[in-house]
This record gives sequence, structure tokens and C-alpha cells, in this order.
Amino acid sequence: MTTALNPKYAFDTFVVGAANRLAVTAGRTVAETPGSAYNPLFVYSGSGLGKTHLLMAIGQAAKKLAPGLNIEYLTLDEYVEAFHAAIAAGQGDAFRRRFQGVDVLLVDDVQFLAKRKEMQSELLRLTEALQVAAHQIVLTSDRPPGEIADLDERLISRFSGGLVVDIGPPDYETRVAILRRKAEERAARFAPGVLETVAGAAFDNVRELMGALNRLVAYQAVNETQINAATAKQLLGLKAEAAVPAGAAAARGAAPAGDEFGQFLADVTVGLGKAVEAWRARVAEAILRWEGEGYRTRRLEALLEQQAPAAVDDAIDAYEKDVERLKVLETEVAQLDPQASGQSQFRDPERLADAEAAAAEVRTGAAPPPGPSAAFALATYAVGPSNDVAVSAARDVIKRPGKKYNPLVLVGKSGLGKTHLLNAIGLELARARGAVVACLSTQAFIDELIAAIDGDRVDWWRARYRRATALLLDDVHLLAGKDRTQEELFNLFNLLLDKERQLVFTAPAPPGALEGLEERIVTRLGGGLVAEISEPDRELKRHFLEQALAQPGTPPDAALLDYLADRPVDSVRSLIPVLQRVVSSAAAQDVPLTAGLARDVLEGQPREARRSGGLRTSGIVVSSMGGVKSREKMVWDWPDVADRLIEEYR
Amino acid sequence: MSLVNFTTREITCKIVYYGPGRSGKTTNLHYVYGRVPEARRGRLVSLATQTDRTLFFDFLPIDLGQISGFATRFQLYTVPGQVYYNATRRLVLQGADGVVFVADSQARQLDENVESLQNLQSNLLEHGVDVRAVPLAMQYNKQDLPRELILSPADLDDALNFRGVPSFAADALHGTGVFETLKGISELVLKRLAAGSTA
Repeated sequence: MTTALNPKYAFDTFVVGAANRLAVTAGRTVAETPGSAYNPLFVYSGSGLGKTHLLMAIGQAAKKLAPGLNIEYLTLDEYVEAFHAAIAAGQGDAFRRRFQGVDVLLVDDVQFLAKRKEMQSELLRLTEALQVAAHQIVLTSDRPPGEIADLDERLISRFSGGLVVDIGPPDYETRVAILRRKAEERAARFAPGVLETVAGAAFDNVRELMGALNRLVAYQAVNETQINAATAKQLLGLKAEAAVPAGAAAARGAAPAGDEFGQFLADVTVGLGKAVEAWRARVAEAILRWEGEGYRTRRLEALLEQQAPAAVDDAIDAYEKDVERLKVLETEVAQLDPQASGQSQFRDPERLADAEAAAAEVRTGAAPPPGPSAAFALATYAVGPSNDVAVSAARDVIKRPGKKYNPLVLVGKSGLGKTHLLNAIGLELARARGAVVACLSTQAFIDELIAAIDGDRVDWWRARYRRATALLLDDVHLLAGKDRTQEELFNLFNLLLDKERQLVFTAPAPPGALEGLEERIVTRLGGGLVAEISEPDRELKRHFLEQALAQPGTPPDAALLDYLADRPVDSVRSLIPVLQRVVSSAAAQDVPLTAGLARDVLEGQPREARRSGGLRTSGIVVSSMGGVKSREKMVWDWPDVADRLIEEYR
Repeated sequence: MSLVNFTTREITCKIVYYGPGRSGKTTNLHYVYGRVPEARRGRLVSLATQTDRTLFFDFLPIDLGQISGFATRFQLYTVPGQVYYNATRRLVLQGADGVVFVADSQARQLDENVESLQNLQSNLLEHGVDVRAVPLAMQYNKQDLPRELILSPADLDDALNFRGVPSFAADALHGTGVFETLKGISELVLKRLAAGSTA
């Protein structure tokens, strides 16, 4: 499959001039230290200027220095042919392994990669593999990588990442040197001035020059006479004035000195090339790194297309800063809305502005979860023996959220103040810096999830609650039969518990007695503290009434408090309508609130003013006495008795 | 002066030949001048006394042409070696990208070499530059003189090259070691360019 290296094509037989000195020096360096200096080395030149010679010379020299090296030379066409044959035989992998094991790969005429996408991918893969393994690859082409039609940009950047050198047409001195050497090889002797005359003609490449020499050699051999310069001109059809440059003789005379400077120039060129090209390596390295992390690197690739861009390191730094910013944005967005975080703008530093806008949008959309109601302050929560365990647990939770009782489940019948205590805990927890307290009814929780499913925003919904530093759910028994919500709560529960974030629930009965809840939810609810709130005792009721009837400067009538506290009610909530009736009556009659009035209202005949009512607001009732009560479950507009009778009668 | 100018795409490399009087600094420049093609070199500016001692400095600009897209120039300077021209030396040293210390290999000149080397260090410090940070090459000139008069490169290395910088034996008059030294210092300068450039 591969071509053997032609022993004639060695560095010793390569005539070095100004036009090819850099390429030869680079080639020698590569042969001496394969895989470390310029990898890949890309040599391009017009036809007949010595690319193949140089490629083979590199192979020969490398082999000579390290006979154990596995060196392969082949043209691109041979490579393509071999690849197709391997694929046809089902040996694609073996083919790849074989080339990946080559120490120095010399590929000639890669310009034929033009429009061969499949082979380009294959060569890209091979180049990457060889570079990673520090194996040398040398390529030649008749044009620079960027000019090969439809060449994959990644290949262009790969090829440019090593060293790209060209071989120009030989100058006059080099042409003379080539002609002399070739004449010697052919054992041909020419009269003085003949070879100089040939060299003076503007041959574009060495092959044409060889053709001219061959004609002279043949002519001289046939005629057995030495030809002179004039005959040579005639034979080759050169114009009479095509002449040796004026300085040629002088150049010959000063050859060693000229070489001294030329050699210095070549060395500086290589050194400077290395130094200046070092930026390409840095850019290529940055491209590899960020591409590997999934970021678009168009901006960096654009740098490689420039010959000598200004401030490359600044450009790389700016790029990296943008990537860091994208990372921050993506992380933030992932927390708020995981679905949004995968968007392409978070992977393209060119679209940083888009990413900022998207993040801002997500931030705006990611409203915090519903918080506790400000109406239920802890200070207004009446405490008595019937709820002191729950209140004490609540205070512990407020003091050390997530540490002591987690979860805290407040259990009790309706109207015993569970919601108040739950919200009061939430309010206290929300005071902490950076706290995000989710406090809502289980029904609202379910409704939100349904809306999220409907809007295909479940991830967003989840993220919203996962941000919470505390989750407080009222009436958790409403989860019964809501499998999906239970599933979500289960996951959220575990996540928050792992992060030591406080969980508080309320339920009408201990978790074990709740029907319709999955076992895994029940066991988790029971895993913290289940604090029961029982029917309000007298002390609690009195405390509640005291707060409800409190007026600045005037303490409530003690007898009234005692009387109302002794009323048989099964919950604090039941006490509210009772109190409301007394307060309304006093307001209607414009008399002070007393135990006597209360007794009249609650035990005697209903007064005229009963219907006048307190001041109604939406949800919260502010009585004329200044107390605050929930209007839940209260009937405000009783029908007139006569109307009711007529209704009944009909 | 900045070594690389990316705006104008120019690389200008200032190399100063330093050393005691009569050690052969100007001779180095003359040899280089003679070997650089006319088109590539500027005028060798030499301000010398009547006795051919460098009065101010020698200056030889060399144009290396376009290299890797940069117009590349070398500017070779010499300083006056005599002790009393220290202000001039300091001035010439300003902005040097590399320094070639041309030592006189004659044994009797050793003290002058040492003194000049110390003077180099102190003048660099005056510019706020640590001698360890500047690319420096040593050239032991006049190695063509009879052996009994000179110190060998190894001896000179022991005496002067305690920093272990590249050193070159030379006979500047006939050109031996001149380009080797120039190449050596250029390599050091370019290495620094590769390591620290903002390219």
C-alpha cells in the first residue's frame, strides 16, 4: 500500500537555496525530533519544486537516526484507495489502527482532499490521533491548507497549528547549484558559462530545469563536442539577452560569506517563525479545550485565519472570560429552569448578549414560590396547654430550621390554628437572610403542578421549589389520590431534607391515619415530629379573646373574657362567630362590650342590629373593636325569619 | 522600544555589543556589515575618534525582510569601552533586547573584562533591569592570538561566565565566531519573544 522511500531523495541530494531553506531546516528538525517540533509540518509549493524529494528526505533521515521508527510514505490517492479497500473488506478499524501506529507519516499531494468530505474526516481523525500520541505527520500540497477547496475548517486549523512552509521557485544561484550537481550526477561536463546560461532562463520549476539540462546532455553526447553558451541558448530557444545576473560572479566569489549571512537568516527565520507561530499553538490549544467542553470556538478559529493578529492572548482571555460568564449564567438558569439551561446561547460566547437576555427572562419568570401570609404572626397566636407542644416545637424549628424537627407535622382538627401556626413559622423563617420560604396550601401546590404540566414547565416548577429554604404545606391530606403530586412531593421532600431545609406540614390526623397517601409519604411525614393540637382549653380561649378584643389603652372587660372563654366551642375558629355577634351587637347599639351584653346576645333574643355586621373586608374582618378575625365559614347575611317561613311554606 | 509591534507588524531586535575597550566590538559589526548583502543593510554609523576608538557608538541596522508576516530588523549597537564613557554606555543599553559581552581573551585583560561585566550589570540595574532577565551571550574574542597570551574559552567561562550563558570563542577580525555569536544571541532573544510575547 505504501511507497518505498527512494534513496535518491535524501537531504544530501537536495540543493538548498533561499527559496527552500526554511522548508529544509524545518524538515531536518522534524526528522531529528519527530513529533515534537512542528507537528504537523505542512509543506506546499508549485509542482516540481521538491516537495516529494523533501518528504522522502525527511523519511530517510528519520529512519537513519532511529532505525526502529515505523515510517510510512504515501500519496493521498494511495491513502484513499487503501481506505476504500479496507472499508470494502470490513477492515476499517484495522486500517485506522495500522495508521495510528505509524511513527512518522508522510502524506504527499493532500490537495486531492478537495471535496472529499469523508476522507477529510478520516484524515482529521488520524491527524488528531497521531498528534495525541506525539507521532509525526508531514503533508505536502500544491497550495496552502486554506486554499484547498472545501477543506474542513478543523483540518485547516489542524494543519495550521503546526508549521506551514512553502518552497518557492529556486533563485539563480540555486538553479546554478542544481544544474552543477545534476550535471555531475550525469557525468556531463560543460564549457564554462553554459550552466549559468541555462540557470539564467526563467524556469518555473526544477523539473523544467532538469528537462533543459537533459537536452544539453543528450545533444553533447550525440555530437561528441562540448557546446558553448551560445549553442545552449540556441538549443533551448532562449533569448540572446537572457543572461547571468550581474552580481552572479561576485556572488560566487563571496559564496562562503553570503552563505554565512544566509544561514544566519535561515536560522533567524526558523526561530522567529517558531516564536511568532507560538500564538497559533496557544489558540489551537484554547480551541481544543473549549471545543472539548462543548463551547463554540468560532471567534478563536477566526484568529487562526489571520496572518498575525494583534493581542492574541488578550483575545483568548476575553473569550475565556465570556465562557466563564456563560457558565455562571447557565448554572443560575439551571437552578431556575433546567429546561432553559440547555439552550445553545449558553454554549456560544459570540451570543453572550443573548445568554444574558435569556437568563434575565428566566430570572423574571422564576418568581419565588408562594410565601406565608403576613396576617398570621406568631405574636398573635394564642398559646395554651392544648397547643403548647406544637408551639414549642414551632419555636425550636424557627430557632434551628432543618436541624431538630424535620419534618414538623402539626396535627389537629379544623379550626384549631394549624394554618396560623404554619404561616407564623413561615414568617419567622422568612426573616433569615436569603431565605426562600414556600408556604401554601396543598391544594394550591397541586394546582400549580397541574398548570406546570399543562404548560410543559414542570422543570421550571420543580426548580422553583428546589430553591426553597423551607417548605410548609397546609392540609397535606389533600394529596390523597394525587399520585403525581405525591411523586413530586416525595422527590422534593428528599431533596430538601438532604439539604437540611425545614419541612412543615399540617394535617387533620396523624400521618398514619391519613388515607390515600402513599406509604413512602406517610413514613416520611412520621419521621420528624408529629405535634398534636387539641381542642382549645379555657386559657387558650381567654388568651385568644384578649388579643381579639384588645384596644389601645383599654383592657378588655375581664368578666366578658371569662364569660366568652367559658362558652363551649370545639375550636378557636368556632369562637370567632360568637365573638363577632357580640361585637356587632355592641357596635349597633353603641354600647360598651360587657359580659352582660354578651349574655344578652348569646343567650337572650337576637337584637335588631344583628344584621348590621362588622366592617367587612376581603378575607380579613376588622371589627369596630379592633380585633382581627378570619371570616371563613361565617354567615353574614341571615335571611329574615319571615322570608324563611315563606320560603319553607312554598 | 518594543521587540514586536503588532500594529505595524514589525519586529525590531536591538542587540548591544558590550565589553571593555579594544575587545573587538566594532570589529564584530564590521565583519557582519561586510557579509550582509547591500540591499539588506543600512549604513554602518560609526562615531570614532581619530585613533579609531569608538567615541559614541556604532550602529548597524540589518533588514531581514518579511518573516512570518513581520518586517524584521536587527539593530546592532556597540558601546564605547573606555571607562569614562559610562553615560553613553548606559544610554545605548536602554531598550536592549539582547547583549553580547565581547571579552578580550588576553590574560592581561581579565581585570578589564571583569570590571566591564560589573559595569554592564550596574548599568542594566540603572534601567531597572536585572541582568538575569536580559538575553546575554559571551564572546571570547582574539582567540587567534598566541596561546601563551590568551586564556582558553574554558578558563574565561570560569572567570566570567558564572551565569552559564551561551559563550562563543571568536576571532572577529577574520570572522570566526562572529555569526555564531549573533545567531546565539538571536536565539535567546527569539526564545523570549516566544515565551513572553503577546502575539
